Formats: sequence, structure tokens, C-alpha cells
Amino acid sequence: MFTGASQFALVGVVGAGGGVWPGAVAALLLGSRNALYGLRLGSLLDVRGWRRAAAAQFVIDETTAMAIARDDPRLSRFAFWSTGLALFTFWNTGTLIGAVATHVVSNPKTFGLDAAPPAAFLALLAPRLRAREPLAIAIAAAVVAIAVLPFVPPGVPLLIVAVLVAAYGALR
Amino acid sequence: MIWTGVVVASLACYGLKLAGLSLPQRWLTDPRVQKIVPLIPIALLAALVATQTFSTGRHLVLDVRAAGLAVAIVAVLLRAPFLVVVAAGAGTASLLRLV
Repeated sequence: MFTGASQFALVGVVGAGGGVWPGAVAALLLGSRNALYGLRLGSLLDVRGWRRAAAAQFVIDETTAMAIARDDPRLSRFAFWSTGLALFTFWNTGTLIGAVATHVVSNPKTFGLDAAPPAAFLALLAPRLRAREPLAIAIAAAVVAIAVLPFVPPGVPLLIVAVLVAAYGALR
Repeated sequence: MIWTGVVVASLACYGLKLAGLSLPQRWLTDPRVQKIVPLIPIALLAALVATQTFSTGRHLVLDVRAAGLAVAIVAVLLRAPFLVVVAAGAGTASLLRLV
């Protein structure tokens, strides 16, 4: 899995005691935007066969943003592949270091590591809130998630929020 | 069990990307897809911020994570880069636990 928000969501739900399957569903829902990115990048990249299979793993927020920001298709392709390769390398190296370092950190709370995921989600969310409607949706989603949390198993608040926002999107 | 879930979710996340690259372009112009898909990450990320800050398991709690989030919000408003936002949130919680 190479798509940050989904990775954090899966870990977050499992860490909260929600079990791996609600976490997997949350990861998938967050990953659904990559399919849209792929649709947009399809004609731009013009890849077939194994190149398409390799390109697919690089389809994320950052590579899409870098690729569609260029006017020249050749520059777009270069931006996509270079951003993808750099991020893939450093992201996974960082993940590996983090995984190995868990043995060094006796109590993660001492370093405020339980406060790190919300800050990370916030940083991922912030660039999407540049207008009034997304901001209202974000606030409503946060309120709903907190309101239902005591009454359902961990992870399920995310699924409730996803269903509600999809219904809102379809009806508006 | 947990690794089965991780592998299944990983394959599915990859499958979504590959499907995007492989599907015909007209799917992109379907108004329902256009309306719903961009909203999902906004709602889910906001829900994750709220639940990861104000709960432990199924219990609502108010602890130093809320202060961490407040500082992270300031960092975001100042357009700080990703790692700075995360470090600001974690660092605040860590410092408050020391006192």
C-alpha cells in the first residue's frame, strides 16, 4: 500500500482496537480518489503493459498534482515519474526506519506520538479546505464521527461518515 | 489475520489506481463520480482528526492531544510543511506530559 492517508487510516483504526477489516474499508474509501487521479492521468501518461502496472503504484496526490501542473506532456510525464520515484523511495525508507525504531521507544506517549496521527491527518486535509463547502463538510464529518463514536465499534464512525458524505454528494 | 487484512487492503488500493489508469475516459465525466469522490477524503480525514484526538477506544476523552491538535492547526494556518505540522502536534503533547 503506497498512499499515505489510507496507510494512516488502517493503522489508526487497528490501533484504536477497531480490527483490521473496518480499517481496510476505511483505507479503501480513502484510496478511491486515486482511481479518479488515474482516470485523469491515463491520457497524459499514455502507458501500456508493465509500464502501466508500474505507473499505477505511483498514482497519489503528489504525483497527480505535479503532473497536471505542467503544460507540456513530456514535462508532465517527467514530473510524474520523478516525483513518484523520489516519494516512493523516501516514504518507504522512512516507514522502515519507523518500524525498526519502535523497539527503541519504550512508551510512545512520552514523545507525544499519539498526537502525531491527528496532526498528520490535519496536514493532509488542510490543502482540500480552500473553500467554504469543503470546510463545512469537514466540520460536519468531525462532529458526526465524535457523536456516534461511543455507540459503535472503533472504525465504524468512519464508515458512517463516508456513507453520509456520499449520500450528500449524490443528492446535492 | 491482521496481515491478511493488510495484504487485501494493499492489493485493493493498488487495484483502484490501476483501474483508474485503465478505465475509459468517459467515466471521468460521469457527474455522480465527479460529485462524490472528491468529498470522501475530506470527510474521512476530518473524521480521523476528530476521533484520533478526542477518543480512546470507544470513550470520548479530552487530554493533551487536543492541545497538540490546536498547535497543529496554527502550524497549518501558517502553511507549515507536513513534517513541521506533525512535529508541532506531537511535540506539544510530549511537553505537556512532562509538566
